[in-house]
Amino acid sequence: MATRTITTQPYILRHWPRLIIYIIMIGFALIYLIPVYLLIITSLKSFDQVSLSRMWELPTGLSFQSFERAWEVMHQSFVNSLLLVIPATVISCLLGSMNGYILSKWKFPYADVVFTLILFGMFIPYQSVLLPLVETLRQIKLYGSIPGLILTHVVYGIPITTLIFRNYYAGIPTELVEASGIDGAGFFGVYRHVIFPLSVPGFVVVAIWQFTSIWNEFLFGLIITNAPELRPVTVALQNLSGSQYTQWNVQMAGALMVALPTLLIYILLGRYFLRGMMAGALKG
Amino acid sequence: MEATRPVSRSTPRPTSRPAYRLTRDRVTALLMLAPSVVAIGVFVYGFIAWTGFVSLTQWSGILANLRFNGLENYVSIFNTGRFQTDIRNTVVFTTLFVVLTLLLGFVLAVLVDQRVRGETIFRSIYLFPMSLSFIVTGVAMAWVFTPGNWQNGDPTGINLLFKQMGLGWFQSGWITDASIWPGGGWFPDWSRTRIGLPLAMLPVVAAATWQMSGFTMAMYLAGLRAIPDEMREAARVDGATEWQVIRYIILPQLTPVTLSAIIVLGHVSLKIFDLIMTMTGGGPGNATDVPGIYMYEITFKANKVAEGAAVAMVMLVLVALVIVPYLISNMRNAQEG
Repeated sequence: MATRTITTQPYILRHWPRLIIYIIMIGFALIYLIPVYLLIITSLKSFDQVSLSRMWELPTGLSFQSFERAWEVMHQSFVNSLLLVIPATVISCLLGSMNGYILSKWKFPYADVVFTLILFGMFIPYQSVLLPLVETLRQIKLYGSIPGLILTHVVYGIPITTLIFRNYYAGIPTELVEASGIDGAGFFGVYRHVIFPLSVPGFVVVAIWQFTSIWNEFLFGLIITNAPELRPVTVALQNLSGSQYTQWNVQMAGALMVALPTLLIYILLGRYFLRGMMAGALKG
Repeated sequence: MEATRPVSRSTPRPTSRPAYRLTRDRVTALLMLAPSVVAIGVFVYGFIAWTGFVSLTQWSGILANLRFNGLENYVSIFNTGRFQTDIRNTVVFTTLFVVLTLLLGFVLAVLVDQRVRGETIFRSIYLFPMSLSFIVTGVAMAWVFTPGNWQNGDPTGINLLFKQMGLGWFQSGWITDASIWPGGGWFPDWSRTRIGLPLAMLPVVAAATWQMSGFTMAMYLAGLRAIPDEMREAARVDGATEWQVIRYIILPQLTPVTLSAIIVLGHVSLKIFDLIMTMTGGGPGNATDVPGIYMYEITFKANKVAEGAAVAMVMLVLVALVIVPYLISNMRNAQEG
């Protein structure tokens, strides 16, 4: 992941004129921004300005009517998503940190096999566990509730959070851990005095990753929250977009509102976001 | 004291491994790991076994019917036109999506690698779609690719953009185009679906590529910048041409990156669900339908629970074929390293 420290000169395209390179890069950037441009200009148009034949034109004057309408329909789902995402992220972080600590510093026979078996859980298509999941949540009276959704996200978040923390802790020199062991610190002592204080970047990466993926997740939200008043934002947005009665500027405003929290995190903490993303590729 | 020392990866391992003795701290460690291991054991392996079992029963309806049905459900889904269509669509989507995302990611990485001014801004623009939900992408892209009444000069979305730019011949039916390329598709006797490329899939591939190409760009960029200068210099001193350096030094160095990216993109695309639900709902007809949507609909809307479980198991097997060898090789590397 060391992208900036190496002084490697570009090799491919190094004889191309700079102007051409800039033109190509700006061209790609414009194409990448098209959907966002459409989202923003459409949601800022007033209802009487919304016309499909002029959809690419800038709005004349700002109007927040679309946001007001979308908020009216979706505000409860934002509350739900926050009630889901915050506890699930906190629990995921603590669990992942503990697991990563054990699997990197307290290895036991076949620890690598156990770790690999845990990792498999992050790649499965969730359709293959959906039916038993619903039945089990029903049995423990958590089906159709936000705690049920929190439990689900925490459990299926174990592989990725464990992976990120384990790789992170592998970088902490074992001598440090051993030295504190000689000082008489046991399992929890080493964690509290050596590992945890060094964990802040790890926690940031995992928290951002879990926040983003749980906020953006759709399938579990769709299946586990059957009541409309418990829907997370993605399910509410999908519902809004499927409705025949909603004007499309309201849909766009809703989409922009759902995108905003994760987009802000990306803009402010992009580097950490990237690290979480690359961890998914294991060796990345 | 000796025994309480944590075992580390970097400890040089003698030919015979030192005996692992349980100490108080090691028991604590195992106990602290246990809840996660149990949770994964139940929620991943237990639930998969449960789904696998249900796929062998006659359960169809609200009440559970666990009478053994052999492989009948699998025979049944594989003989269904819609499931055959789903398999076709998955093959088409996965191939196009993985190839395009790799190519585009590589091109973007090479561009960003040129030491241009504003590198951070360009990189951020190419990467930001990764932070969005597939649902947000789906809503925005559905409108971009809504064609409007373009045959009668009243286009919307991207067709309107093309028309205004004087590129009218690019106008097309996009997500409403139910046709199969080439020539309506090949429809042999043994098949219940038209074999070919459903054109409505193209905008869906474009949306998914838009969302994920930043990821491959980031991977390739890290890969490109990790190649030491000395390797290139050595090759150049040996008289290699520029093209030969690219072909024989740079590209081979990027092979592990490509492999990792294929694994990640491949499993994303085999599981794709949210994006298609929002963008097309699987239509027109079943032109963009995939197993994820089929499973959801027959299990939770039509109560054909056993058949839904069979579809889920097929999805799992497809993903496992890609993931399991990768996980095993990853584990071996970690043990050696």
